Amino acid sequence: MDIFFDYLWAFIIGGILCVIAQVLIDKTKLTPARILVLYVCLGVFLTAIGLYEPLVELAGSGATTPLTGFGYAIAQGVKKAVDEKGLLGALTGGIGATAGGISAAISFGLIMSLIFSSKPKR
Amino acid sequence: MKKSILKFARKPRIVSTYSVVGHLEKEGPLGECFDEYCKDDKFGKESWEKAESEMQRRALCGALKKSGFIDTELDILLAGDLLNQCIGSNYALSNFDTGFLGLYGACSTCSEGLLIGSCLYGGGVINSCAVVTSSHYCSSERQFRFPLEYGGQRAPTAQWTTTGAGAFILGDSGRVEICEALVGKVIDKGINDINNMGAAMAPAAINTLKRYFLESEKSVSDFDLIITGDLGFEGSEILKDLLLDEGIDIRKNHVDCGLMVFEREKQDVHAGGSGCGCSAIVMASNIIPNLEGKTIKDVLFLGTGALMSPMSLSQGGTIPAVAHLVRLKSVN
Amino acid sequence: MNEKEYGEYVEKRAKKSPIIKNCVFAFLIGGAICTLGQGFFHLYTHFGMEETDARTLVSITLIFLASLLTGLGVFDNIARIAGAGTLVPITGFSNAVSSQAIDTKSEGYILGVGAKIFTIAGPVILYGTVSGAIYGVIYYFACLIWGAK
Repeated sequence: MDIFFDYLWAFIIGGILCVIAQVLIDKTKLTPARILVLYVCLGVFLTAIGLYEPLVELAGSGATTPLTGFGYAIAQGVKKAVDEKGLLGALTGGIGATAGGISAAISFGLIMSLIFSSKPKR
Repeated sequence: MKKSILKFARKPRIVSTYSVVGHLEKEGPLGECFDEYCKDDKFGKESWEKAESEMQRRALCGALKKSGFIDTELDILLAGDLLNQCIGSNYALSNFDTGFLGLYGACSTCSEGLLIGSCLYGGGVINSCAVVTSSHYCSSERQFRFPLEYGGQRAPTAQWTTTGAGAFILGDSGRVEICEALVGKVIDKGINDINNMGAAMAPAAINTLKRYFLESEKSVSDFDLIITGDLGFEGSEILKDLLLDEGIDIRKNHVDCGLMVFEREKQDVHAGGSGCGCSAIVMASNIIPNLEGKTIKDVLFLGTGALMSPMSLSQGGTIPAVAHLVRLKSVN
Repeated sequence: MNEKEYGEYVEKRAKKSPIIKNCVFAFLIGGAICTLGQGFFHLYTHFGMEETDARTLVSITLIFLASLLTGLGVFDNIARIAGAGTLVPITGFSNAVSSQAIDTKSEGYILGVGAKIFTIAGPVILYGTVSGAIYGVIYYFACLIWGAK
C-alpha cells in the first residue's frame, strides 16, 4: 500500500508542478524559457529555506523529476560540498550534483544528432 | 493631395505562373492546383535551406518552360525569401544567366516583386522579367523560432510558414495584366507577439487599402476579390472589423491566401499560413488562373509582410509591417 | 487607435489557448512522467542502489528516453498535446538539448552542434548554477556566524 501512495503522490505533485507552468504559459506573457529558469531558481530557493526536502520525501520522483528538482539537486549538492570543502563547495557542488543529468543530456544529444536528422512536420 | 497610386502606361501581362509546394500544402484545399510537389519537403537536398533553393529553382524553371522564354531572354529576375541574405533566392538563381535583384519584404515579397517588375516594365526599362518567391516551414522555423524537433505548443493565433515557391513571368503576352500598384508604408502599431503576426500586419493592410480607395475613388464593389497576402484568421478578422468601423465593408469579397492554402482546423495550422511562398503559390495556382479563365475579372492583391526579427524582439522591439498593393485585371 | 489601444484591442480579441484542456493534459502527462520516474527509482533502489545515485540514474533514464523520442521525431508530437507536461520534467531539458543538436548538425559538429547545443537549455544551467553558488556562499557564512546547523 505504501508503494501505491508513493506512486500516487509522485503523479499528483509532478502533475501539479506541470499545471502551474501551463497556467503561466497560457495566462501570462512569460516564455517557456523564462518559466524553466524560474523553476530552477525556485527549486534552489525552496531547498535553501528547507521547504523542498519535505516535498521530495512525500512525492519522490514527483518532486525531483520536474525542473524544480534540478534546482533541488543543485542546492543539495552545494550544501554538501560546502560542508565538506568550505567556500569552494559553493562553486563545485551545484554542477557536481547535476553532472550526471547534464552529461547525459549532451551525450545523448550528440549521439542522436549522429543518427537522426530533423523531419518535415505534420 | 499627393498621388501615390502607380498607374502604368504600359501594362505588363502575366505570361505564365508556376507553383512548387511541400506535402502539407499538397494535402490542403488547393492541393490539386499546384504544379509540382515533394512528398518529404526535402526536394532531394540535404539541408532545409538547400531544399528551399531547389524549390525556387524548380518554380522558375517551370514558369520559364510554360512561358516559352529561356532565361537569357528575360531582362531581370526579382526574387526573395525569408532567409538571411536571401540565400534561398541567391543559390536558386545562380543557375540562371540573367541579372538578379534580391528582395526582402517578408510575406509581402511576392507583391513587392510584382510591383517592382511592373514599374520597370511600365517605364519601358525592361520588356520581361521573372518574379520568384519562396518560404519553407523547416528553414524558417530554424531561423526564426525553435529547432524542428523541439517540443513546444503553438498559440492559437500563431501562423504556419508555408512550404512553397511561386514564379511569375511578366511580359507582353497573357490574359492578365497588372494595371495599378500602391507601395505600402511601414506601419508599426507596437505589436511584439511572434505568435500573433496577423495582428501586426492588419494595420498595414488597412492603411494601404484605405489610401487606395480614397485616392482612386473606387469602392469595394468595383472588385471581384480583395486578396490579402497572409493575415491568417486573426489578422483577417481584425482587417474586416476595423475597416467596417471606417465604413468600408470588404466582408463579401475578401479572401486571404493564408486561409486558402490550408484547412485550418483539420491540418492544425492554427491561424493559417504565412511566409513569402504563401501568397505566391495561391496567386500562381488559383487567383491568376481564375483571372485567365475570367471567373473573376478585377482584383486587388495586397501582400502583407511582418518584418519580424528575433534580435530586435529580444531587445524589446516591435514587429513593423508593410502591405503592397497590386491590381490585376483579366484582359483579352 | 493609438498603439496602446490597438494592443489592448488585439489582446482582447485574440483567440485564447484552451487552458482547461491544456492543464488537464499537462497534469496527466506530466504526472505520468513523474510516476514513470518513481517506477525506475523503485527498480534501481530495489537492486541495492543508494538513493542519491538512484535519483541521478532515474534522471539519466528519462533524459535518454526523451532524447530518443526527439531523434525519432515523436517528442514534439507528444509535447504539442502535453505542453508543460513534457516541458517541466527533465524530459523537456533533454528535448531542448537533443532537438538543438539534431537541428544544427547541418552547420557541422563543431560550430553547429558543439556551439549551439545549449542555446535553449543554457539559461537553466546558468541560472541554476549561479543561484546554487549564491546559496552556497550564504550558507557558508551563515554557518560561520551561527555555527553549523
